[in-house]
Amino acid sequence: MEASQQEFLQHLLNGVTLGSIYALIALGYTMVYGILQLINFAHSEVYMMGAFAAYYTGRSLNLDQSPGVLSFIILLVAAIVACSVLGLTIERLAYRPLRKAPKLNILITAIGVSLLLQYSAQIIFGAEPKLFPEVLADRTLFTVAEVEVRTLDITIFLVGTLAMGGLHFLIHHTRLGMAMRAVSVNGPVASLMGINVDRIIMWTFVVGSSLAAVGSVLVGLKYPKIDPLMGMLIGIKAFVAAVLGGIGSLPGAMLGGIFLGLSEEMVVAYLSSTYRDALAFGILIVVLLFRPAGLMGTPVREKV
Amino acid sequence: MSEVLLKAEDLRVRYGGILALKGVSFEVRRGEIVSLIGANGAGKTTTLRAISGLVNFEGRVEFTDKNKQTQSLGQVAKHNIVRLGLAHSPEGRGVFPNLSVRENLILGAYHRVDHVEIQKDLDHCYELFPRLKERIKQKAGTLSGGEQQMLAICRALMAKPSLLVLDEPSLGLAPLIVAQIFSIIQKVNQEGVTILLVEQNAKMALKVSHRAYVVETGLITLEGRGRDLLNDERIIASYLGGH
Repeated sequence: MEASQQEFLQHLLNGVTLGSIYALIALGYTMVYGILQLINFAHSEVYMMGAFAAYYTGRSLNLDQSPGVLSFIILLVAAIVACSVLGLTIERLAYRPLRKAPKLNILITAIGVSLLLQYSAQIIFGAEPKLFPEVLADRTLFTVAEVEVRTLDITIFLVGTLAMGGLHFLIHHTRLGMAMRAVSVNGPVASLMGINVDRIIMWTFVVGSSLAAVGSVLVGLKYPKIDPLMGMLIGIKAFVAAVLGGIGSLPGAMLGGIFLGLSEEMVVAYLSSTYRDALAFGILIVVLLFRPAGLMGTPVREKV
Repeated sequence: MSEVLLKAEDLRVRYGGILALKGVSFEVRRGEIVSLIGANGAGKTTTLRAISGLVNFEGRVEFTDKNKQTQSLGQVAKHNIVRLGLAHSPEGRGVFPNLSVRENLILGAYHRVDHVEIQKDLDHCYELFPRLKERIKQKAGTLSGGEQQMLAICRALMAKPSLLVLDEPSLGLAPLIVAQIFSIIQKVNQEGVTILLVEQNAKMALKVSHRAYVVETGLITLEGRGRDLLNDERIIASYLGGH
């Protein structure tokens, strides 16, 4: 095989890996938007807190001394629990009191919560980066067509796919998922069916935050330096992925995430790494200009 | 006379500074079909929304639940009202367009846990409206207006209510479909479900109703038996097109 072809395949693999992380986080934005029509800007900080919860759990249990699947699962569970509790707390304290307020008020509150968490984290954890516990050794597992497939790549891809598959099952084949879909189109009518809308909203935050938690552990393993501002850039990129796919659409968020991950990797590989972060914003502008409903979204006409 | 199932007393609802309901009182007895008729904006839908907890109200609404206990509806969380035996099919049908017909019906039984009975009730729905059975896997948003109305009524019936509240089932439908839906409403009533109906189509509503109330600008202005009102000069002049 030619060297250039092999390189391309390697970039493809990296792109999909990065993309599944964006997709995991994008799902949290899109789920909350689907139910509350709110861009939950604090979502990226929930993600950051997940990484720190896993970090402190790993450190206190000395998990990097005993790497392996069990340690990895312990980190995942720690992050999921922490993120769910945080997501629920934010919903209860910051968003629920504003349920009937104008959308702009809630949006600004979301930005406020995001900043509050960023700077609280800097005070509590310190601003200097910390080294995430290395619970999975990253080695070459096998080589296909001269492309190295490494432990972390395959883990990220598998765990990401599993989480998204689980979400699909939850939304389309369970009672809770059916209630979520009902609330997302018409909350008042859903309540006539006996659905407790507040409880469904809480579950939405739990599920969305858990996906961010999974993302945070995967990122922690792949890029082990974590710090209180780590959520900012990846949060915005995941948001772009959600908008690209069509905000409110779950398959859209997955597609948008993978698309963004792939394009970023390709830009870095064939243009210049300088443009890596600019790309997301470029895509955002293009989407908003030409297809504001996103790839999978349905256009909504503003009612006047 | 049978017992009172639903009793509203001096019901008042404010939208901002405007008093939309100015003190509405009426009752529904077990086994009846009772309709509230009146023009657009009279307060019929608001009355139903108050009963179901979708808007706040002043006054009293009492409902006799499945255990024969009298419940004050203003004090029951809105998602628990259906558990007492009151199912509301809302104005504009309110089917979930992104869910399949079957999922819409299953959601109607969301609070129930008697799975065998739920399956029986599904089959009964398909008996009442065979057209729904042909479309169980289709998204509700793809149904015609008449089919959506049938779905909305069936979904409410899936709650196994003692009182079925219907808000304008004839809205925007062809006369033939309206007649079909009203005959189903009568059939459901004969099967033992009490019905509270809101309608602008006064003629159709009065024909099937045991009793009716006329709502005008937030007040009840007239009440009587359906047959009597159908021949009442004032009703004929205002709501039945006059002669």
